[in-house]
Amino acid sequence: MLFLDAPSVLSVSQLSRYLKELLETNDTLQDVWVQGEISGSRIYPSGHCYFTLKDAEAQLHCVFFKYARLRSAAPELRDGMAIAANGRISLYERDGKLQMYVDSIEPLGDGVLFLRFEQLKARLAAEGLFEIERKRPLPTFPLVIGIVTSPQAAALRDMLRVLRTRYPLVQVILSPTLVQGAEAPAAIANALDLLNEYGEVDVIIVGRGGGSIEELWAFNEEVVARAIARSRIPVISGVGHETDFTIADFVADHRASTPTAAATAAVPDISEWLADVRTHRQALTVLMEDLLVGLADELARTERDLQRQNPQYQLDRLHQQLDDTTALLQTRLQHILSLRGERLHGVALQLHSLSPLLTIARGYAVVRRDIDAVVVTSTQQVQAGDAITIQVTDGHIHASVQ
Amino acid sequence: METLTFEEAFAQLEAAVAALQDGQMPLEQALHHYEEGMKLAQYCNDLLQKAELRVQQLRVNDEGVPVVMPFEAE
Repeated sequence: MLFLDAPSVLSVSQLSRYLKELLETNDTLQDVWVQGEISGSRIYPSGHCYFTLKDAEAQLHCVFFKYARLRSAAPELRDGMAIAANGRISLYERDGKLQMYVDSIEPLGDGVLFLRFEQLKARLAAEGLFEIERKRPLPTFPLVIGIVTSPQAAALRDMLRVLRTRYPLVQVILSPTLVQGAEAPAAIANALDLLNEYGEVDVIIVGRGGGSIEELWAFNEEVVARAIARSRIPVISGVGHETDFTIADFVADHRASTPTAAATAAVPDISEWLADVRTHRQALTVLMEDLLVGLADELARTERDLQRQNPQYQLDRLHQQLDDTTALLQTRLQHILSLRGERLHGVALQLHSLSPLLTIARGYAVVRRDIDAVVVTSTQQVQAGDAITIQVTDGHIHASVQ
Repeated sequence: METLTFEEAFAQLEAAVAALQDGQMPLEQALHHYEEGMKLAQYCNDLLQKAELRVQQLRVNDEGVPVVMPFEAE
């Protein structure tokens, strides 16, 4: 009963939590590959799959959740199937059960393949073949692309379609090869070497479309890895589907998830460059217009300056001044003359009103002595017998005084 | 110009734009850059628009030398 009081006594839950934490903080156990044979597999209506992975001496409970199965495009699991499962190890507290939460599954023909993969990967990694420093940059504008794949494969058609759409400027040189079967690894390596020997290639895509792990296996062979590593030309790998990783992927300068993605990575997109060309063309026109407008302004300014210095311009100006002055003079003269004319007219009128002729017209007459033409205004001025002239409106009457 | 690659022509186009942007040059020179730039833009455009993917195949000839030949298996 002593233990009950000791602080080191744990409840089952506490112990379970402790164990769970121990497992879940161990890096190795959180991303581990386990190979074995499937038994007792069953899929629940929820879509989750439960099975036991076992070998001759031990067994491991596994849970393969629906979302993980769908995401990893897992093959259908059958009892007796040899697989390698990737996932994390944890404790299912309710049942006190250690189990593996599976993320993905690779079927193993004989289980040996997977081991060889891991061994080769470890060996090449130790040699430094996967180092980031070894990765060469891909050319931005490749002129020639070498493709190492099967001439009959859909993968080749997919790649050519992408290249045609994205960047048809490029020239493709296919280095044909088998991509599966016993002779494929050597053939792939040879096709890579051949492109290097030919030399006039900027980047190489090596790949094939999706398939089973056995079908993709050539890309896990050492001869292929070595050929990629010794290629003087940068290599893009595009093998299988998104989830497939091959040794070739680790060695390549650039890993693309599929052949299509490899072709996409190899070339720039023509539409982006077309847009850039258009932008540059517009910039040229705008700049040139600005320049011309600036020059035209300057020209106009200079022309004006020059015009002001021109003697002809001075002369024209003087001529105009002269013309203006002459016109003004004439106007003034006209004015003065018309003023004079009016005054003359006035005087004439006045003169007219004072004219004795007007008086005569009313019946009066002007009488003059003939002797001296003095106007007679009094009887005292004449004597009988004097000759006189009487002026009337239409002439003179000669008479004698009686 | 017909021998220029797209990359070369595009670089020259960029240079023409940059030269015009600088602006400090005689008209004749500016016109030269402009005309050259417009030709390069047209050339780049034509290259992109008219390009047709050329596909060839590598074979080893009788002397054991890799040579290219037309690829027709499409």
